[in-house]
Parts: sequence; structure tokens; C-alpha cells
Amino acid sequence: MTEHPFAITLDVGTSRANHTGSWRTERPEYVRRLPPCNGACPAAEDCQGWLFHAESGDYEAAWRAIVADNPFPAVMGRVCYHPCETACNRGHLDEAVGINSVERFLGDLAIDRGWELPAALPGTGKRVLVVGAGPSGLSAAYHLRRLGHAVQVRDAAQRAGGMMRYGIPRYRLPREVLDAEIARITAMGVDLRMCAPVTDLAAAMAEGGFDAAFLAVGAGVGRRAHVPAGAAAKVIDAVAFLHAMEGAEPPRIGRRVVVYGGGDTAVDAARTAKRMGGEPVIVYRRTRDRMPAQDFEVREAEEEGVLVRWLSTITHVDAGEITVERMELDEHGFPQPTGETETLAADTVILALGQDCDLSLVHGLEGVEVADGTVRVGPDLMTGRPGVFAGGDMVPAERTCTTAIGHGRLAARHVDAWLRGTVHTPVPRPPLAEHASLNTWYYSEAPRTVRPHLEAARRSTGFDEVVAGLDEGTALFEARRCMSCGNCFECDNCFGVCPDNAVIKLGPGRGYRFDLEYCKGCGICATECPCGAIAMTPEPD
Amino acid sequence: MSTREIRYLQVGTHAVGNRLLDPSQRTVQADPERANALTCGHRACQGCGEALGARYVVDAALRATGGRLVAVNATGCLEVFSTPYPESSWQLPWLHSLFGNAPAVATGVAAALRARGLDDVRVLAQGGDGGTVDIGFGCLSGMFERNDDVLYVCYDNQGYMNTGVQRSGATPPAARTATTEAVGPHPGNPFGQGKDVPRIAMAHGIPYVATATVADLRDLEAKVERAMAIRGARYLHVLVPCPLGWGTPSNLTIRIARMATQSGLFPVFEARDGEVTGVTPIRQRVPVEDYLRPQRRFAHLFSHPSGAEALDRIRASAEANIRRYGLLDEEDRP
Repeated sequence: MTEHPFAITLDVGTSRANHTGSWRTERPEYVRRLPPCNGACPAAEDCQGWLFHAESGDYEAAWRAIVADNPFPAVMGRVCYHPCETACNRGHLDEAVGINSVERFLGDLAIDRGWELPAALPGTGKRVLVVGAGPSGLSAAYHLRRLGHAVQVRDAAQRAGGMMRYGIPRYRLPREVLDAEIARITAMGVDLRMCAPVTDLAAAMAEGGFDAAFLAVGAGVGRRAHVPAGAAAKVIDAVAFLHAMEGAEPPRIGRRVVVYGGGDTAVDAARTAKRMGGEPVIVYRRTRDRMPAQDFEVREAEEEGVLVRWLSTITHVDAGEITVERMELDEHGFPQPTGETETLAADTVILALGQDCDLSLVHGLEGVEVADGTVRVGPDLMTGRPGVFAGGDMVPAERTCTTAIGHGRLAARHVDAWLRGTVHTPVPRPPLAEHASLNTWYYSEAPRTVRPHLEAARRSTGFDEVVAGLDEGTALFEARRCMSCGNCFECDNCFGVCPDNAVIKLGPGRGYRFDLEYCKGCGICATECPCGAIAMTPEPD
Repeated sequence: MSTREIRYLQVGTHAVGNRLLDPSQRTVQADPERANALTCGHRACQGCGEALGARYVVDAALRATGGRLVAVNATGCLEVFSTPYPESSWQLPWLHSLFGNAPAVATGVAAALRARGLDDVRVLAQGGDGGTVDIGFGCLSGMFERNDDVLYVCYDNQGYMNTGVQRSGATPPAARTATTEAVGPHPGNPFGQGKDVPRIAMAHGIPYVATATVADLRDLEAKVERAMAIRGARYLHVLVPCPLGWGTPSNLTIRIARMATQSGLFPVFEARDGEVTGVTPIRQRVPVEDYLRPQRRFAHLFSHPSGAEALDRIRASAEANIRRYGLLDEEDRP
């Protein structure tokens, strides 16, 4: 026994001898939940993950995290309809994070700084033929090349990009941006062959010694609905019209232009016609709320002076004029004819009634099933013919650029597995980080940065880009509005709020761990975690 | 408040730390090298607000004084759960006083340090609301009127929790305790009694009085830091929910404290020399019912016939606080 002061008989001990963890009936666990943005991204981007890097100003790491999934950040930042933002939990608090505008900032910065895509892995000796140099084909080519395969891309057009070049007008996607992002892919060693259509797939594969093929020919044929027309009437289809805009000689359309249809292509055609000096009128048989075109595109078109005639169909086209019939919606919301007609002046009628695929390259190919004008594929995007995969607009799916890029990414993984004789099993998705799982008290309110718009008057007379980008200050601001749903961002709340000091901080980038010797299982850490990255689970027996 | 405003970050000023901030701008609690003045193994209940509040306060005071700090602790929950002899959770020189004389003992410690010429060593006295508002109130008032150089911290959990949840002078109206049962025509603690000690402290004209809660760490730490920069008698009143005594799930401790402030029932302010000099405005107002309903001690308000009238009176007291301290911006007022 040691010497003690008067009236003291025991040594002072520390309470650390008392392991209060034995009280626990539930224990906290760090979890990762699926952020809604990531869950909604058709290209499977890790939006929350790359925003995390952007928040700290490490733009190159952020860009590298994007191109791990999608080689077109600058294109995406302009043409993607950003379902990520529609899903963003921040929308419940103030306004969705401008994920798309940050992506564009990063994409433009990468072009400016000349950042290069990751180098290809050592060669596998396998050869893959990609048919179609659009978003899906180029995305597949990029991912397959990274995985070490030799990739040849063949396309009938003069220049690469598919609908990104021949469908999306340059006021939405400047061609130098597209060219820069495609050049990065070819710089990886992708063999890109233009003006090289594939008419017979089996022959092309045998001739080139290809082990597998990914087909992504898109839907580049304008649908010709039957519209009665006089001999002198000038009727063109929107796809051909937008395609011709990329030629040396712009198409001649006259002044009074009628665009027939209500999708994005119709709006693109009308806005293009406006920029060529025309006075476009969109004729659509239903109402605005039923229009399939993106709302912001319709709004921008109207701001530019594009007129829209709702509830109208074209019944006859003649030289210089058309006859339209007024429609009414029935109780099911379908348009029904009323018999009331009138005539409109029209020098040109542009049909934007949907697009079909030219599937001649798979005609008669054993195992490839075609139904409803598209190619049938399994969840692995493989057709019925082993080693032949397909994606993008030519398979049944939403026809957007981002979906097509996502198909390219997914197909590349399955093609790679198939070439190695294995099966690609996607990583199971964690449960969604719903808004209710967040503690939004900890996020401060901040308005969204609105992208500066060019004056409507200015943009409608030229092909300047309509939406300008963010600068570094505003991009950083926007990135930092991300709430990091379902994924720890090291805010130290758990470390701070534990009444028992039972959270151990492991240092920057390494997160925390629970000290189960002392954690009493009160659950304050889980309740006060801003982003819902802690779950309470019953204590094991 | 002179708290530095940091805007536009995803967690703003409201989280404990933030990887995007310079370490000097983060809270004391975000520091992996923090003192942990009340360390692990203490016997406080799951989710104890007082254990949390005491660590917040003493860690901040240790940083503000460079570790030159002595604590005096009144009898009560905090003392019982932290020091069952021979174990102690305290990581600083710590004296246990009687239930009622912590302010006087602290005065003595301060005098002794001065006598020994140790002017840089500061004194912090702490106790629960029972020891402060009721039993030790005479000593506290004396410490105030002599302007002794002590920061006295009251951890207010609104009752005598250690001895079995009896009513104290800080128990709110209508709350059920072991001595104010939910029986009779007006169940729970009677209206119109009890003490508002922060205002009584202000009436002494002492240099610094402030209220705070465990729900706003940055505010609490800033007040401790400011208090330690001042000499003389200072008083800090910290609301610390008690899951056991209030009948709330252990995980809601901070959320309940936050709702106490956001309903207007617990005004957060600071005062210098008897005058209010700053208030923390309500940021996301909640109805008093949202604060009361999760607490079993108020369950009778939502079942007993007298509940509606009692709720009206509680609502009126929240409105009175909002008016008195200006807790809402003009356009937010009803």
C-alpha cells in the first residue's frame, strides 16, 4: 500500500476503468447510403463523390471522379437534363444544388488546363468493334480502352459525336467543347474511323478479327408521319434539318416555318430556325403540361420569340400555307378532332414527330431480335447473339444523351467480363438517403446561384451559347451547398455530441470509429448526424 | 453576437467542425486533442445532457485559460455520476463541495489562489439547478454581490434528477415530477412559481450573465470564452435535457434542447453589467407543442381536460420571452 494523506485510504482511480459499453442495447454504425443524385444519374456518376472534392477546391480530383464514369463532363454540363437535380434533397430545404453547372465548370476547366483521361491498362489482346460514334459508342470505347482492349469505332458520318453533333444545336453545345472531349478519347488510342458505315455486322467482325461488338447506331431517322401534302409543299424532317446545319451550306427554309411536334427535337428545330432569320411556329396537338419537351427549353424558346399553337394538328400542307385543325382533350387527356380548321402561312414545314433507328446492319443476323423498331437486349445489354451488345437510342430506353453514355459504360463492363469469360455483377446499391434521414438543422440556408443568361434578344440572332457557365467562386459556392446525403463528410458532429467521448476521430480523410468500450448506445450521434451516415442497430447477443 | 459568421458552407456555422474550415475556426470539441475534462466511464445515464454540457463548458474554459483552471462542484447528478470514490472522470483539479455551498467554496478557492499569488489560475464553479436555484442560492447571491472572480455554471435539467426527479425552483410549469404528480384538477407543477435565475443574476449587476444550451455548441463555447476573458462574478445558465427526468428517448437530448430554444420557451441571450447585449434569434420556429409532446413529463397536457388551458399559458410565456428578448425578426412575428 502506498503512502496516503491523512484520512485517505484508497488511491484515486480513473473512471476509464468503468466500461460503460456493457450498458448498450443498440450500437451505432457508420453507413453509406445512396445519395438521390447518384441514384437518379443515368450515367451512374457519383455526383456526391465528385462534389466532395470540388467543395475543397480540388477540381482536378473532382474531374477525375467524374471521368471515372463519364468521359464527357463539359458536354454533360450543357446538354444533360440533370435528373440528379430533380432528385436532390436540398430541394426540400431551399433549392436543388446546381450539380449540372458545377459539372460544366469542371469540364471546361479540364479542357482549359489540358487534363488527360487515365491511361489504358496493359493490352488484353482482345479487339472490340464499336458501331456508332455517338455518346453511347464513344463512352463504351473509352471504358473498353481503359480496360486494355483494342477498340475500333466506325461511323457513317463525316465527324464523330452522333446526335451530340448532328442533333443538338451549337447554341446549346459549342462544337469546340465537343471536339475537345472526343479528342481526349481518341488520344487514348481509340481507333476512330469516320465515313465508314457498317452494313453487315457479321462480315465486318470477321474481316477485322473482332472478339466482340457494341452497337450504338442511335435513332437518326426522322419519322415520316402521313401528312397530306400538295406537290409544291416544302416538308422536311427535323433530324435531317439539324444534321444539315452541320454541313457547309445551311438548309434554305424561308421565313415562315412551322415545326410539327412537341418534343425536344421540335424545340431545337424551332430555335434553330429562329436563329436563321425564320419566324417559327410550333404546332402541337396537346397542351403545354403534356408536352414531352423539357420545360426550360420551351421557356427559353418562348423568350426568344418562338410561337406555339397548342391543341392543333396539321391536316394538309400546300405551297405557302398549311391547314390546322383545333383539337380538344377528352376525359382521358387524349386529343380529339373538333372539325374546326384554319389556315396558316408556311414556307417550310419541319416534322419532328419522333425518330427511328436504321437497323439494317443487323438484318438477318442470327440471334439478334428486333421488335418495335429497336434491338432487344438483356440486362447486360447483350443481344441474343453472343458477343454482340447494343445500347443507346437503338435499344428500348429513355432517349437522352446521358442515358446513352450510361449504356456505353455499362456495356463496356459486360463486354469486358464476357471477353474474360466471367460475369459482371453490379455492386448492390445501398438504401437511398432519403430527406427524412437527414438532420437539416446543420445546413445553412443559401440561395442557388443562377446561371447568368444571355439576353434573349442577343442569343436569338446568333449561335452563341445560351447558358453561360459559373466562374470559380460561384462554382465553389454551388458545390458547397451539397449536403453529402448518406455519406460522411467529416463535420465532427458525432465526435462532438457524444456525452461519453466514445467517438474516436481518425484524422482528415479517415473518418471516425466508435469506442464500444464506452459507447452507451444513446443514439445522439445518429440523430445529430447531418447527412444520415450513422445507423443504430440492435446489439448482437 | 460577435461570433464570426461563416456562410455558404454546406454545414454553415451549425456543425461541430468542418473540414473546409481552418482548424482555428472550428469548435473546441472538434479538436482531437481536446481536454475531455469529463472523460469516459462516467456513470451518467444514456444521452445525459448534463454530462455533455459539462464537457463542453469545462473543455472550452480549459482552452481559454491555457489549462490554468480549478473546478468546484456542488453535490448533485454531475458530482455523483462523475466521482464514485475512488474513481474520477475529471481531468483537472476538482473539488467537491456540499450541495448548497459551491459558490462560497469557489470564492474561497479564488481567495486562496490570490493569496498565493496565482492570479493566472481561474476558478469555475458548477452545479445543477437544485444546488444553484434552491439550495445554494444564498451563497450564489453573496458571490454575485461581492463580485468574486468566479465563473458559476448552472446545468439546468429542471429538477432534482439524482434523487428521483423532484421539483426544483427551475422546474417549468405543468411538468410532472415526483413531488408535482399529474393528479388533481391542475396536474403537474403549479404556474406562477419558480425562479428565473439568469434575470436575478442580472439584477445583481454582475459583469457577465448568459444562457445557452447543449444544442448550440458554437454559441456555448463563445460564451465561455468571453466569460473567461472577464474578471469578477460571472454566471452561465446552460439548459441540459435529462432523458430520465423528462421522459424523452436518449437520442433526442440535443433535439429537445434545440426545440426549447426554437419554441421561445428557453431564451438564449447574454448580458453585461445587468443589460441584455445579445440574443440568439429563433431560426426555425416550432410550436410549443412540438417541444412538449415528446416529453412524458408533459403527457397529461395532451390528455387531461385542463391541458388546453395549460398549453395556452405555456404558449403565452413563449410569446412573452419572444417579446422581452426580441427573439424573432419583425416579419416572423405572428
